[in-house]
Amino acid sequence: MTSGLNRILLSTFAVVIAALWALPFIYSVWTAFHDEKYSANFQWDAPWTIANFLEAWQAAPFSLYFLNTMILIVIILIANLVLCTLVAYAFVRYRFRWAGFLFALIMVQLLISPEILIVENYLTLSRIGLTDTIIGIALPYLTSAFGIFLLRQTFLTVPKSLDEAAQIEGAGAWRVLWNIYVPLAWPIYLAYSLVSISFHWNNFLWPLIVTNSPEVRPVTVGLSVFATVDSGVEWSLVNAATLMTTAPLIIAFIIFQRQFVANFMRAGIK
Amino acid sequence: MNKRLPIGLAAIMLVIPCSLLVAFTHYPAIQAVINSFWNNASSRRPSRFVGIENYQALMEDDRLAQVLVNSTIYALGTVPLAISLAIGMALLVNSRLPGTTLMRLSFFMPTMLPMIAVANIWLFFYAPGIGLASQILGLFGLPSINFLGSTDTSLASMMFVAVWKEAGLFMIFYLAALQSVPTNLKDAAKLEGAGPVRVFIDVVLPLLRPTTIFVAVNALINAFRLVDHVIVMTEGGPNNSSALLLYYIYEVTFRQRDFAYGATLTVLMVVLLGILAIFQFWILNRKAHYQ
Repeated sequence: MTSGLNRILLSTFAVVIAALWALPFIYSVWTAFHDEKYSANFQWDAPWTIANFLEAWQAAPFSLYFLNTMILIVIILIANLVLCTLVAYAFVRYRFRWAGFLFALIMVQLLISPEILIVENYLTLSRIGLTDTIIGIALPYLTSAFGIFLLRQTFLTVPKSLDEAAQIEGAGAWRVLWNIYVPLAWPIYLAYSLVSISFHWNNFLWPLIVTNSPEVRPVTVGLSVFATVDSGVEWSLVNAATLMTTAPLIIAFIIFQRQFVANFMRAGIK
Repeated sequence: MNKRLPIGLAAIMLVIPCSLLVAFTHYPAIQAVINSFWNNASSRRPSRFVGIENYQALMEDDRLAQVLVNSTIYALGTVPLAISLAIGMALLVNSRLPGTTLMRLSFFMPTMLPMIAVANIWLFFYAPGIGLASQILGLFGLPSINFLGSTDTSLASMMFVAVWKEAGLFMIFYLAALQSVPTNLKDAAKLEGAGPVRVFIDVVLPLLRPTTIFVAVNALINAFRLVDHVIVMTEGGPNNSSALLLYYIYEVTFRQRDFAYGATLTVLMVVLLGILAIFQFWILNRKAHYQ
C-alpha cells in the first residue's frame, strides 16, 4: 500500500523534474511558433503560426549555411575515418621503433585539443592563406586522437587467427584491412561517426574565428550573426532560427534515440 | 609476433595522418612558447625578442586574476553539480516508473543542441522583463532580476546553462554503469534488511566510482574548453564577472589583436591542462592500487 503511494509520488516528482528541465526549450519552441507580440507575455490561446520560420529563412542565407556545414562535416568525417583507420591499423598490426612514444605523442591531442590552440592555428592558417575557407575550418580536425584510440582498441580485439588465415590465402595488407578489420569494427565506425557529426555540427569558436564571409559560414556561426545583427533582436525570429538550425539533429535524435544513446555510451565523451 | 612495418606502408599509414596532427597540435603548442618571448610586429617594425616581458605582464594583469578566479569557481561549481544531477537523472530513468522514455528525452535533449543554440534559448529565458524567468518571478510578485547584466549573478547564470547542457550527457554514462550493477548484490543487501537508500549508498554508489572519476576528469577539461555561451550571452561582462580563460584568450587575440599576449595566455592554458592531466594520472593510479 505505502509502496504504491510512494511510486505515485515518485513518478509525479520525476515528471515535474523532467518538465522543469525541458521548460527553457519548450518555451523557446512556443515562442518560435507565435507572433512576436506574445513573446513577452505568455497566453494559452495565442494563435500558432510558422511565419517566423519563413521570415528567418529569408532574412539570412540559411540554406547556404546548411550547405557549408554539410560540406564541413563530410570532409572531416571522411578524413577522420580514413586517417584514423590507417594509423590504428599500423599500431595494431605492425611493430616499429618508437611505437609507444609515437602513440603517447598522438594522445596529447586528447588533452590539448584544437580549441585550446586557436591563436597559433589561426596564424598557421593565415600563413598558408586558408583563412575564410571551409577546408581551413576542417584542417585542425582531420586527424583525431580520439578516433585513433577508439579504433586501435577495437582492432586489438580482432582475432589474430583470422588475420593469419587471410594471409595464407594470399591477402595483402590492404585486403586484410578491408575484408577483416573494417567489417569487424563496423559498430564503432557508426558510433564514432555519430559523435563526430554532432560535435562538428555544434562547433562554434574555431569557425567563428576562421570565417569572415557568409559564403563559408557554418550554421552555428550564421545563427550567431543572425541573432545579433540580422534579426533586429526579435525574439520570435531568433527562436525560430535557433530551432531551424538544430532541427536536423533533433529529428535525427528522436528517430534514432535508442541507437544514439547506446552509441554515445560506447563511444565515450566526444 | 607482429611483422615489422615496411617503409612504404609506414609512409602512407603514419606519416600523412601524423604530420597533420603534429602541424595543428604539437607545432602550435611549441610555437606559442616561442612567440610568448617576442612582442607584436607592427607595420613600422618587426617583432623583437622581449624575454619574459609578456610573463611579467601576465603576473600584473588584474583582469587575468579575475578570469582565473572565475574559471576556478566555474569548474568547481559546474562539475559536482552536473555529476550529482546526472546520477539523480540516471536513477530516475533507470527506475521502472512510467514515462522514462519522455524523461530521458527531456534530460538528454540539451546535450544534442549546439552550445550556441543553448545560449540563445537561455538568453531569451533570462531576458529581463521579457524572459520566462522574469515572468515566473513576476507571478510571485517578485521584482525581475537582470541575471546576465549584474556582476552578482552573471557567472552563476552561465554555470547553470553549462550544467543544463552537460548533465544529460553524463547521465548516459551513469545509466550504463547502473545497468551493469549486479542485481544479486542489491538482492543480498535487501535480504539483510537494507532500505533503498542504504542499498544506494552502500552498494550502488561505490560501484559508480570509476564512472564518476571518468566523468569528472572529462567534465573538468570540458569546463576549460567550452566558452561558446560566454561569447553569445555576456561577452565576459559585466565588468569581467563572467569571463573564462579561453574566452579571455579569444578576446585578447582576436578583438584586441594582441597575438603575443594571446600566445602567452595559451602557454598558461596548456600548463594548467598539463597539471590537470598529471592529477588525473595520479588519481587513476591510486584507484588501480585499491583493486
